[in-house]
Formats: sequence, structure tokens, C-alpha cells
Amino acid sequence: MQAAEEIREAARVLAVCNACRYCEQYCPAFQALEQRVNFASADVNYLANLCHGCGECLYACQYAPPHEFAINVPRTLAAARVVSYEQYAWPAALAGAFRVQSVVTALLLALAFSAALLGAALALNGDALSATGADFYGVIPHAVLVALFGGVALFVATALAIGAARCRRDFAAAAAPPHSHVQRSGVAGALHDAFTLRHLHVGDADCVTALEVRTPWRKRLHHCTLYGFTLCFASTCVAALYHFAGYPAPYAYTSLPVVLGTLGGVALVIGTAGLLWVRRTRDPQLSHASQDKLDGAFVTLLLLAGGTGLVLLALRDHAAMGALLIVHLGAVLALFVTLPYGKFVHGFYRLAALVKFRREQE
Amino acid sequence: MSNAREYDVAVVGGGNAGLTAALVARELGARVLVLDSAPRALRGGNSRHTRNLRCAHAAPTGVLTETYPEHELMDDLTRVNGGEMDQELAQLVVERSTECTAWMQKFGARFQHALRGTLQLSRTNAFFLGGGTALMNSYYAAAERLGIDVRYGAEVVGLNLRDGACDSLTVRTREGTEQIHVRAVVLAAGGFEANLDWLRTAWGDAARNFIVRGTPHNTGTVLKLMLDAGALAVGNAAECHAVAVDGRAPQFDGGIVTRLDSLPLGLVVNRDAQRFYDEGEDFWPKRYAIWGKLIARQPGQIAYSIVDAKVQSRFMPSVFPPVAAGSVRGLAEQLGLPADALEATVQRFNAAVRPGTFDTATLDDCRTVGLAPDKTHWAQPIDTPPFWGYPLKPGITFTYLGVRVDADARVLAANGSAFANVYAAGEIMAGNVLRHGYVAGIGMTIGTVFGRIAGQSAAQHASR
Repeated sequence: MQAAEEIREAARVLAVCNACRYCEQYCPAFQALEQRVNFASADVNYLANLCHGCGECLYACQYAPPHEFAINVPRTLAAARVVSYEQYAWPAALAGAFRVQSVVTALLLALAFSAALLGAALALNGDALSATGADFYGVIPHAVLVALFGGVALFVATALAIGAARCRRDFAAAAAPPHSHVQRSGVAGALHDAFTLRHLHVGDADCVTALEVRTPWRKRLHHCTLYGFTLCFASTCVAALYHFAGYPAPYAYTSLPVVLGTLGGVALVIGTAGLLWVRRTRDPQLSHASQDKLDGAFVTLLLLAGGTGLVLLALRDHAAMGALLIVHLGAVLALFVTLPYGKFVHGFYRLAALVKFRREQE
Repeated sequence: MSNAREYDVAVVGGGNAGLTAALVARELGARVLVLDSAPRALRGGNSRHTRNLRCAHAAPTGVLTETYPEHELMDDLTRVNGGEMDQELAQLVVERSTECTAWMQKFGARFQHALRGTLQLSRTNAFFLGGGTALMNSYYAAAERLGIDVRYGAEVVGLNLRDGACDSLTVRTREGTEQIHVRAVVLAAGGFEANLDWLRTAWGDAARNFIVRGTPHNTGTVLKLMLDAGALAVGNAAECHAVAVDGRAPQFDGGIVTRLDSLPLGLVVNRDAQRFYDEGEDFWPKRYAIWGKLIARQPGQIAYSIVDAKVQSRFMPSVFPPVAAGSVRGLAEQLGLPADALEATVQRFNAAVRPGTFDTATLDDCRTVGLAPDKTHWAQPIDTPPFWGYPLKPGITFTYLGVRVDADARVLAANGSAFANVYAAGEIMAGNVLRHGYVAGIGMTIGTVFGRIAGQSAAQHASR
């Protein structure tokens, strides 16, 4: 019922925008909405995911509160985005997970996983915590790690793929404008749009954090986070290849997995810590509480995983290695299992929206 | 606090003209105070609802395409005014319109790319990125940077004039009433379109049914103070810019989204279900602004735009959903119109339509013959359900009555002299240049050009 309310409110707001159109050169969301007359659920979902939440249109709006029309596009679409995340979630029974996350639940989840791992490690080997010399598999055997993370990865990948497929199908139902010549592809252009975040900075100006306050930090820190996460992911993949090629861990500080992981971890920590700071200084009107909580949970887990990873790397020959590994793996596991039910999905859905937008233009 | 109450230049009104004057005066070194009667969230006067300004230019710029020679802008002004305007001041506006966008950009104004907008007006008009509210935000930010004091919710209720000079203002805020001493004052407080009592003196009881498209704060207090103090008036109180807006629009501040563009595509009837004007007289942009007054003269100041399914995708979507029905009778019942009368009007109209080739891009040959009044273009039978109806009311945008000024923006007195330190800019003096009609965006041009002149004159006077 709540979802229907959020779609209805978005449709009301978008109808006002469509009759006004002053914001049309701010971003693709406005250009795409102008090509439509009615805003059904699929249209709202598409436009909501096209919106980067840069905030320009709130301050430019002659109908923003306290005007009786009470138009706040960034907030309305932020709320609608969460609804779309729930709608695409697989299995549907877990869609409710989008509503219960926050910084606190993220920390508790990481803690719970760490505790469970600790219990498992000790059950398998009473001396697990006294393993030394960067012998991670002395703490938790390699086979256990592979089974646990492999299983989780398989589930997460399946859930993300189904979510992405549902998103694509839904966006396809957001009727293309009658006069648009739909291109076959737009993927390359959309990837460029996504990885440069060019729509976050309207008209080559930084995005707003408050009325007439523009800073480049949100975009830069998002880049740090995205590319840091990508490097960490690459590090894990390279390490897995090394392992199966017969070069087991630990790897030297100068080895490719460690270099990638270190660079990625540093970028991730800087990016996520920065984003948490930006969130505190940003005008709260520019987002919606449901979106803020998702942001908080996801960014916190990224920071926790990156930070504990770096500490573990630095102290891998120290006596505390075993405990640190448990904490790090708990954080990573919490991050992993929440990927399909948290802010992470925005990457796929926004990319899908950007692809559709590229195809509708021209 | 004591020295905070004395300023070189006080600017009354925080819209485009006022902020422009304030920024110019501050750049010239004056200590400047801006007084806006609106609260902070609704600052900017009617400029918050604007979208562009009209600028002559001799070559394409980043924000304007092709060329729009000064003589062409002058011709456009002369045409809509029927030649009745102050030639010298109109020429001044035209000449200095060429400098506007560059000056505005110095203070953070951002414009749309000329070639990307959906409106094909970028030859004559430069569009503010995000509209007038975004422009005003830029100006207020610039004002803060430059050290201009701004007070919101501050209404000027007295101009204390002595021997043709203003030495202080009486300002009313929530905290009370106080005197502010000034060396010069710029009046940029707009017209009186939000003052329905004043409108009634010109329009009678019809004014009670007017919708005010802009700010509720343009009550004309300052204009009245000046006229009462002997300022020379320009224009008359009955002249206003008024369009047909959706009858469901809010009383104030409905802005752009309440307009309706469906009128030339169907029928317009009054509350007796009778037609009263040629809906297809000319292209809509040219006739857009006559419908406010036409409806104001109908009983109850209400009318209804009626279209059928054939044209429903041909006008900008309205912010209010249409009243829809499967039959003309059903539509009449939903709109509260006499059903027999509406059916008869539609039948008579349909029977009078002559065959033609419907084309909204030209003054086509689809017309009626034998009706009073006929519809002379774009006439098609109203016969395809669903039928849509929109209630229409007069929506007043701005008034033309103002104070007469000279080329230095000094307010002139009825006795032939000029007030020593009182200047005016924007809607309060636009009547010097604009007596009747309107060309899109010229209000912001007048505000910018005269804002700059008034700010400079006031700062120079204050430094003497």
C-alpha cells in the first residue's frame, strides 16, 4: 500500500513538472519526463532511477515547499527509487529488507557474522585464533571459506541478475515516446555516463549540497568508492586465479592482488568516509529518509570492509591477525549478503535507466 | 546595530530589478539594504515565476541563436504598444538589452544552451537554466558574497519624503515598525496585481474572480505611496496582462503550470454554454494574452475549453486533469453547464464547420461559416469521445500602472520636477515602455536594464 502511495505522489509531482518544464536542461530525468504524458508505475520507476539526486531542481522550483504544490523532485524520486528496489527484489519475500537497514543494522549484522565465524572457527580448531604468519587458512580453512563465500556469491549473483532482469522488463513497459527512434544500443554511451557520473554535475557545475552551495566532493568521493570497490573486487579475482594456478596466499606486498587490494582499500575508505561526511553536511531536504538509511547501511559496510581489510593487511604478521581476519570476514559477509537488498542495486538500475535514455534520444 | 540602520541605498523589493539595482550599487561601493516583503522561501517577487528575457543581439551567442537586431526589437515593442510608449526609454531598453546576459553571468546567472531547448524562442529570448527562481538564488548568493544586507518579511509602509527627497523608510516586520535612514532609494516593489481591492476600482466585482498568477506580495503599497506623494503616473489601472488559466488554480502563485493551451483546438463557452469569441483567430502565442480579459467580461468570470479526442495530444499537458465524459451531455453535467444549451452549441458549431485540411502549423482553412462569432481556423467538429473540458478563469500576471521615470530611472513628479533621490525599476515603472501588449520576456529585460540604471544612479547620488 505504501508503494502505491509513493507512485501516486511521484505521478502527481511529475505532472506538475511536465506542465512547467523549467528544469528541462538540468538532466535526463526531465528530458525523459517531457516525452511522456502519463506517469504509470513503470514510468515513475524509470524516471526515479534516472535521477541522480543532484538537487538542482529543488532550489530552482517555484513550487517547492512552502508552496501549496509542495514539489520536491529529489526527495519524491528518492522515495520512489526505494519502492522500485523492493519491486525488483528476488526473492520477493526479502524485499522488506530494504526498509529495515541503517548504519546500526549494518554494524550489528557485521558483528553477528563475525561472532558466527568466530564460533565456527573455534569449533573447527580450538587454536584458530593463534594462527600466525599471515596464515589466514589457519584461522578458517580454505575449503570452508570457499564454500561459504562461494555459496553466498552464487546466491547474490542470482538475486542481482533476477533483479536486473525485472528492472529491464519494467523499464521496457515505460512506453517509449511515440516519435523517438529507438537505437539498437546505447550501452557504451550509458556506461560512459555512469562511470563519469556526468549527469551529477549539471551544466558543468558541481552539484548542490545546500542552497547555492556547490561542491565537487560528492562526485569525487563516489568515484573513489566505485573505483576502490572495483579494485578490491579485481584483487579478489586475481587472488582466486593465483590460488587455482597453484600460488596460494599469502602474497607479497608487491604482488598484484595486494597492490590492487591496497589501492582499492585506500580509495574505498577515503570515498566512503567522505560520503558519510558529505551526507552529514548535505541539506536533508535533498533526499528521503528511506534512501538515506540505505545509503548509510551500504556505505558503512563498505567502509568497514575496506578499513578492516587494510588493518588486516598491515597487521597480518601480528598476533591479532586471527581476530582481525574474523572481524574483516564478518564485515565482508554482511556487505555481500546485503548487496541485493541495499543501495548496491542502484548501480544496475541506474545503468539500465541510462541505457534506455540513450536509446530514447537521438 | 545602530549603524546597521543607516544605508546609502535601500532597495524596496527583492525581485530581478531590485537585486540588479542592489548588486550594481554595491559594486559602486554603496552600503546597500534590500527589503523584501516576502518571507525568505518566497523571495524574488514575480521573477521567481519567469523563465527568460528578451535581448537584441547582432550575432549568435552561446545563449541566443542567429541575430535579433535592435530595430527588430524596437519594432516588436512599437507593434504591441500601438506606438504608445516613451520612445527614448524604449530605445534605452532595446540598446542595453544587448548587455544583459553578460552582465547577469557575472553574478552567477546560468542560461540554457540556445540550441537544446524545446521552445523555439532562443533567437529572441535567453532562457535561465532552471528558470527565474534559480536566477534569483544566484543573485541572492552574489548579494551575500558582496555584503549586501537583505531583510525578508520587511514591508515598506512609509516613504518619508521632504522637499522631493526621501530621507527614511518606515518598515514593518513581525518585530514591529522602524525607521531606516537612507541616502537614496530604489523602488522595485512590482505592481498591484495581488491587491484585489485596487483591481476592483478598475474592474468592478469581476476582480473578485481573478486568479493572481504570481506573488501575493505585489499589493502595490509602494506604488500607492509614490502616487499619493505626487509621482507622475503612467498607464491606467485597468491595464493588465491576463491570460486564461485553469479555474482550479490556486488564488496566488500558480505560475506557469496553470496556463491552458487547448483553447484554439476546440470550443470556448461561457457558463451559459454559449461561445463568445473566435477561438481560431490567430496563432496561440499571439492570442494567449487576450483571453484573460475576454473571460473577465463573461458572467461569473468563468469559461470552459472543450475539446474532443482528435486534438488531445496536441497541447501541452495541463497540471490539472481534464474533466472527461463520453458524451457532450455528460460533459455538460460534469462541468455544471446547461446540458441542452451545450449540446445545441456543439451541434450548431459542428454543422457550421466547412471541410478543410487541419494544420496547426499554419492559419489553415478549417473554419465555420454562419456563426456569430465564427471560428476562423482549426475548426473541426466536436464529435469524437472522450470529450474533455477545462474550467477557465482570468489569470492576472502583472499590471501596467506605474510611476513615470527619466533615463536615469529617477521618479518624476506630477509638478514637472523629479524626486531627488528616488529611483524606480521593474514592474513599478514598466508602463513607461509597455503600455498595453506584451512580448515574451520583455519584463525581465526592463527590470534588468532599469535595475542597472537605478542602482548606478542611486549609488552615485548617495556618494555625493
